[in-house]
Amino acid sequence: MILARITGNVVSTIHHPVVDGKKMLLAERLDQDGKATGGYLIAMDAIGAGMGETVIILDEGSGARQILDDAQAPIRSIVVGIVDAVELGPS
Amino acid sequence: MLLGRVIGTVVPAMLVDELSATPLLWVQPLDREGQANGDPLVCADGTRMAGPGQMIYWVASREAALTLDPWFVPVDDAIVGLVDEVTNYSPEELDG
Repeated sequence: MILARITGNVVSTIHHPVVDGKKMLLAERLDQDGKATGGYLIAMDAIGAGMGETVIILDEGSGARQILDDAQAPIRSIVVGIVDAVELGPS
Repeated sequence: MLLGRVIGTVVPAMLVDELSATPLLWVQPLDREGQANGDPLVCADGTRMAGPGQMIYWVASREAALTLDPWFVPVDDAIVGLVDEVTNYSPEELDG
């Protein structure tokens, strides 16, 4: 799983049936300091995440299919948690 | 899943049997601003409705194989949906 920040969304009307009624979010990946790394991904929303929130994204297909309860869902990235805070340990 | 733009249609002269019913498109991956990012890919079109100029989002690996019907054809990149609109929230919206 990765930490990312929701920075946008993608609107689509023609898509695989598993996407029907789901929000597709644009998320930028975060580094240790909470800064954008430059990488992004499109993730399906499973919990109601929104603009500017830091989230946990599961970026693995088998887990995503398990969450969607659909063994044939062609989805790899799915938002599985909204993050309140990240505490870095002493280093 | 990432954004891409269809830049061409691939017309194969010969294909392995498993791919014979699969529409193939040439796709330029995009960054979230819609600018080209990385090398073009040949994607199977799971929607069967994409064409040159269309912005799409695509998925790689096993998920790509699941996009198509019948599923589990041997592809490594596939189009999952056509993009109508991408919204990138402004820094003011994100931090304000």
